[in-house]
Amino acid sequence: MAKISKKNYIINVLAIILVFLLLKFFISNGVISRYYLGIIIFICINIVLATSLNLATGFLGQLALGHAGFMAIGAYVSAITAISLKGTGLPNTVMLLISLLLAGIFAGVIGIAIGIPALRLKGDYLGIITLGFGEVIRVFINNIKMTGGAQGLTGIPRISNIDNVFWITVVVVTILYTLTNSRHGRAIISIREDEIAAEAVGIQTTKYKVMGFAIAAFFAGIGGGMYAHYIAFLDPNTFNFMRSVEILVIVVLGGMGSLTGSVIAAIVLTILPEALRDFANYRLLIYSGLLVIMMIFRPQGLFGTTEFSMSGFLYRLRHNQLFSSRKNLEEGD
Amino acid sequence: MNIFLQQLINGLSVGSIYAVIALGYTMVYGIIKLINFAHGEIMMMGAYFAFITVFATGMPFYMVLIVSMVLAAVLGVTIETLAYKPLRKAPRISALITAIGMSLFLQNLALVIFRADPKIMPAIIPKRPILIGPLQIGTVTITTITLSIFFMVLLDFFVKKTKPGKSMRAVSEDKEASILMGINVNKTISITFAIGSALGALGGVLYSVAYTQVFPTMGIMPGLKAFVAAVLGGIGLIPGAMLGGFVIGMIETIAKAYISSQWSDAIVFGILIIVLLIKPTGILGKNEREKV
Repeated sequence: MAKISKKNYIINVLAIILVFLLLKFFISNGVISRYYLGIIIFICINIVLATSLNLATGFLGQLALGHAGFMAIGAYVSAITAISLKGTGLPNTVMLLISLLLAGIFAGVIGIAIGIPALRLKGDYLGIITLGFGEVIRVFINNIKMTGGAQGLTGIPRISNIDNVFWITVVVVTILYTLTNSRHGRAIISIREDEIAAEAVGIQTTKYKVMGFAIAAFFAGIGGGMYAHYIAFLDPNTFNFMRSVEILVIVVLGGMGSLTGSVIAAIVLTILPEALRDFANYRLLIYSGLLVIMMIFRPQGLFGTTEFSMSGFLYRLRHNQLFSSRKNLEEGD
Repeated sequence: MNIFLQQLINGLSVGSIYAVIALGYTMVYGIIKLINFAHGEIMMMGAYFAFITVFATGMPFYMVLIVSMVLAAVLGVTIETLAYKPLRKAPRISALITAIGMSLFLQNLALVIFRADPKIMPAIIPKRPILIGPLQIGTVTITTITLSIFFMVLLDFFVKKTKPGKSMRAVSEDKEASILMGINVNKTISITFAIGSALGALGGVLYSVAYTQVFPTMGIMPGLKAFVAAVLGGIGLIPGAMLGGFVIGMIETIAKAYISSQWSDAIVFGILIIVLLIKPTGILGKNEREKV
């Protein structure tokens, strides 16, 4: 068993390095223009946001409709930190890491503060209360001086670039992946499967629920920070309810409880509206229509709860089983 | 004191609009446990239907209202059949995403057909202030309140006394048992969508007349507020939606008048959070015991 996972590990690391080198190669070749580069950075940001929400909604099973609120907190904390660090002469990467870490911690702490009361609720009610918190956060940012209010926050150092964004995304997904496969991760999944049974076997459900929620908030804050340092201008109204919904759509389409699914869905759903640009006004009409159709034909998402694995893919490739049916794990009992 | 009374009447008017929209949310939730995020857009479409009817035919207000409600009912049933019916056995969150997708779809459809610029809704209700003592109340306000209350009473009668209404209650109580009792569940769900959408259109027409504008994104905020109202009163309960609508309308108006118009949304959502924390099932909701 240990040998197989070591092999997996090496294959995955090699695959990621290969993707990165290919990216760099195409950028230096000029195949990837600035416009495409921007899309790739947005894909990375969306991956961080979606995988973090997947921890709360997919693995923990708690419907959260206020993820944009945590993203907003992260974005503003990170932006304000970076603005105040601007004169100190720190290298950009260090500055970015400090800002992002602070953003994550801030969002995480607020995640705990919201999670403790809110997670007593279940299902749709939890969704609604998180929606409420998300809106309150947005109105709050809109009306305080420090954030520039409704006029937005300008002068944010533009220190996100493809290198650091790519590697931060890799680190975030890796942490989430190892977390979901750890003892704590199994505890979190058991809460999704059956909360009462989980409690009966001695899992502290409240602790794990708040923990999962806070970690999701932490990474959402980091995603928000990455966004702030790429866009370099923050408008509180971009973090509205629809933004939370966009992230949730990625999670559900990718498959709840599948991190790789979220990654693929983030790529598809970030490129799709851009690829439809030729249709001008009809762009979002087609996008939303496709969304409905995808949901009708594949309600459990692209990957269900299974993970895409590089070694499994290679195995199937060698044995010509690429298109044989995948055994799907069904939800519930 | 007079200003306060005036504000109360305004709150009542806004609240009655929220209440009729909230009824659509609550009825659909009660029967198929789906938060129908497209409901705000049905309200918007209802307003556009009214706008077109006025311009094309110049019919009087009541005819316009009926045409718009009928068209919205057809739209609601179509959406239900095309988008929600195939997902009735799917995980509930997939249905939720479909509803969100449908909401985006309708918004963008309106954007493509009618363009983004707000259209001015003609004053189809003659604007005459009516003086009651020292109070000055517009005809629009009075019509809004009376029409909303009329349709709520009608709905109450329908649900309690008629056969389709009774089957609606039966299906929301226990779907399997009502199938065994010979109730046509699919038909009942369609009726629910038709009535809910018609009420949404009523809200949309009243809203657009009160604010004299029609635009593609007009459904988002009132839709969200009406949804909050439905949850506040106890989602799935018809009296709850009415109560919640009036409460939200009052709070919003009073907060705008006496505290701050920028913070009023935060106050509305803050109250929602507090109510949910104290009584998760809403003001009128019953607590359900969890069965192992």
